[in-house]
Amino acid sequence: MVVIADILVQGAQMLLVLLLAPLLTGFVRKIKARLLRRQGASMFQPYRDLLRLLRKEVVLADNASWLFRVTPYITFAAIWVAAALIPTFATGLLFNWTADLIAIVALLGSARFFLALAGMDVGTSFGGIGSSREVMIAALAEPAMLLIVFCMALVAGSTQLSTVANFIGSSYVGLRVSLGMALVALFMVALAENARIPVDNPATHLELTMVHEAMVLEYSGRHLAMIEFGASLQLLLYVSLIACVFAPWKIALFGAGPLAYAVGAGVYVVKLAAAGFFLALFESATAKMRVFRVPQFLGAALMLGLLGTLLLFVSRSF
Amino acid sequence: MSAIVLQMACVAGLLGLAVLAMALSRSTLSTTVIYSAALAVSVIALIGSLRWLLGGIVDASELTLPIGLPWLGAHFRLDALASFFLVVVNLGGAAASLYGLGYGHHDPTPHRVLPFFPAFLAGMNLVVLADDAFSYLLCWEFMSLASWALVMAHHRDAGNAKAGYVYLVMASFGTLALLLAFGLLAGPAGDYGFAAIRAASHAPSAAALVLILMLLGAGSKAGLVPLHVWLPLAHPAAPSHVSALMSGVMTKVAIYGFIRVVFDLLGPPIWSASVVVLFLGSITAVMGILYAMMETDLKRLLAYSTIENIGVIFVALGLALAFQANGQKLAAALAFTAALLHVLNHSFFKSLLFFGAGAVLTATGERDMDKLGGLIHRMPQTSFAVLVGCVAISALPPFNGFVSEWLIFQAVLQSPDLPQWPLKIMVPAVGAMLALAAALAAACFVKAYGVAFLGRPRSVAAETAVEVDRYSLAAMFILAALCLLAGILPGLAIDALSPVVLEILGGRMPIQANEAWLSIAPMGESRSSYNGLLVMIFITLSASLAVSMVHRFASRALRRGPAWGCGYSEAVPAAQYSSASFAQPIRRVFGTLVFHARDHVDMPPPGDTRPARLRIELHDLVWEGLYAPIAAAVGWSSERLNRLQFLTIRRYLSLVFATLVTLLLVLAIWS
Repeated sequence: MVVIADILVQGAQMLLVLLLAPLLTGFVRKIKARLLRRQGASMFQPYRDLLRLLRKEVVLADNASWLFRVTPYITFAAIWVAAALIPTFATGLLFNWTADLIAIVALLGSARFFLALAGMDVGTSFGGIGSSREVMIAALAEPAMLLIVFCMALVAGSTQLSTVANFIGSSYVGLRVSLGMALVALFMVALAENARIPVDNPATHLELTMVHEAMVLEYSGRHLAMIEFGASLQLLLYVSLIACVFAPWKIALFGAGPLAYAVGAGVYVVKLAAAGFFLALFESATAKMRVFRVPQFLGAALMLGLLGTLLLFVSRSF
Repeated sequence: MSAIVLQMACVAGLLGLAVLAMALSRSTLSTTVIYSAALAVSVIALIGSLRWLLGGIVDASELTLPIGLPWLGAHFRLDALASFFLVVVNLGGAAASLYGLGYGHHDPTPHRVLPFFPAFLAGMNLVVLADDAFSYLLCWEFMSLASWALVMAHHRDAGNAKAGYVYLVMASFGTLALLLAFGLLAGPAGDYGFAAIRAASHAPSAAALVLILMLLGAGSKAGLVPLHVWLPLAHPAAPSHVSALMSGVMTKVAIYGFIRVVFDLLGPPIWSASVVVLFLGSITAVMGILYAMMETDLKRLLAYSTIENIGVIFVALGLALAFQANGQKLAAALAFTAALLHVLNHSFFKSLLFFGAGAVLTATGERDMDKLGGLIHRMPQTSFAVLVGCVAISALPPFNGFVSEWLIFQAVLQSPDLPQWPLKIMVPAVGAMLALAAALAAACFVKAYGVAFLGRPRSVAAETAVEVDRYSLAAMFILAALCLLAGILPGLAIDALSPVVLEILGGRMPIQANEAWLSIAPMGESRSSYNGLLVMIFITLSASLAVSMVHRFASRALRRGPAWGCGYSEAVPAAQYSSASFAQPIRRVFGTLVFHARDHVDMPPPGDTRPARLRIELHDLVWEGLYAPIAAAVGWSSERLNRLQFLTIRRYLSLVFATLVTLLLVLAIWS
């Protein structure tokens, strides 16, 4: 019985992230539109878009290979699994220990690897330009991400997200300068990884500066739906990651019962909304930067991560 | 029959095969006979060493042959460390022999490959088994020379003669360093047996010198930057299955030498040694993969990526040294296990990728990626196997490359407990370098696979390629399966490695087989854990769920049409992204510093019919800054000395007299 309940809770988490992901994307779009004094589409528009895309036929380029056709599903599955492993409303779920933070980041790396390959598959210049820039950005973001992980692991003594969330949520960690630095660095990395402004623009389709959208230009129909869904999930994943590490309030402990879970889920939705609002505010206030300014942007994230780590060493030893 | 006798019998068998190959010479049967016999012998040796490793080693098995130095004899010994490396060598050997059964038939000059192939295998086996300095050096030289002969197999091809020459020079330099290292280890008493060296205590200054000499000697064979220059020339020059052996296995034999001397013979390490190893390892990892990123030749790209992986292994070894020096047995065992696991994993996927490159070479005759493309349609099986190799080498879950990198990151995360400040500050930076190398490796293999196997064919050869023979395919698929198995069941591999770790470090990682669901948790589950099997199952399940839901409830309709070129028709396959254009963003970000890269664009004015041209200027700063000046100095001094050849007899006599007087004077002052 206990195992079945555990599996149910884990399944609820998988379903929850799946259901909330398009809503978060829609919410950010809505807020951005309102900030520009536009009415904007409904918050539920992404669901309608996905359903419409799913029902449409796929137009496949003549020389697309099987890799091009399986990539949307592989990418979606990898991101979904990664998103399901991050504590959202409860820590210590049945399969939380399957992968720690490093493995979760690597899972996202697998998704990106296949997307970049798919960009090269049809043999147009758009796919190539998108893939080559995407891997460049990834190469810059990953070292920064590792230093952020390092910083968190130093504070909490673990890379296991459940342990980190429990530690920061329960004990008195206080305001730490290095955690603040890690938060800023993680926010910068998250912007880059999710192809948001100022690194990339998710709203444009034909600009030479675009990265992610160029890579998936050849996709249509249900394939495109899976990729868009995956992108929404990835945004949700990073927001959940920031929420569970830096704001683990009211996350239910494992086995706390349905009521605690419900409270945890409610607070989680509030956290998502707050993060989405902040993201929209930030994006509206910033301009997109040139592609070759991105190294400096992510270099700053790397330095923040390193500085946070070194500060921790210093504060520990004195 | 004791285990060592079996291994030595296998070596003797391989040497016999070399002789047989010479006798068979140009007979048509020789390719099949030699490779199948080599396959059989390698499999026997593999099973023998595996049984030894898995069977809970009680005591090392030794053998002394009455050859070599008269007062010493030739000592051979099979302990846990040796048996692990024998597994790596013989697995690589068996795979290469299987591949050779098909690939060897395409060789225009088999009589230049066949005698040296088993000899090379025997040489690598012998190096691992040797138990005294003299036999070790002798076997090392034998291995080097056999591989040199294989590099020179196609000596008329452009560039191969230079590759062989550079290889020979660097191999001699490496052996010289090893010779000096063993001389220092043996000490004034001059006992060359490893047992005596292990028992003796070494002065700190001598130990530091030995470490540097080992980094030069073993490092030059393994490909540590800046001693790597021969590797990207020599490894691709050999036939592809030999390239796989050189990159996947011979570099590991060099790492075996480093481990044997620095961890086993030298006694307890000092922490400052680890700083050097960590520094060199991380530089090697990043430089190696940046070189690979700039490369357009498929086999050279793979050779450069070998340099990266060697760097990763050295980083893990450096971490193990640092923890061992501070008595942190568990962390040291973790780092050392990670290093060994990466040795094994790299031998899997690098052999696989070289086999893939060989298959492409067979099918198209091309190594230049910018002349390939679209092979996924014409060589589906090869493409699939190579894709597995690319995912594995890019350290992506759920394949094996990720497991060893994950373990190394876990070891990096143990570094705050180190008491020394230089290490405390250095190790996180090294971790960031490793992450950079891993991300660049993924970029590099997206490039390699995307340009060579995806897209549209860029040449007639690529357009008319056909799938390769079944032996080559079998070898590739076996290795691909091993990549997946080692990725989803890493706990078994870690447990199998524990006797080696216990023997060398005196500590070991916790038994992983006890963890629930076959996951691995190096430091306890609350700290960190990873389960490749579950990740794999989850991804498969959710992907199939997504596919079935979409196909069941949404649409299955599919229409083929031309690719969207934004209104322009892109008829020319040359307009696709090439390997140079794919590397452009990374070249611009990292290359301006590391390679002094410059792009020169020659854009003719409107109306001019000249084609526009892009010229990329890259400088190999290691070659230009280190090797070119040395080569120039050698050339300059030999030109000066050349005059001595054309003296009159009178001058020769006075020269001899002057030398004699000088030497006597020196002797008189000395004593």
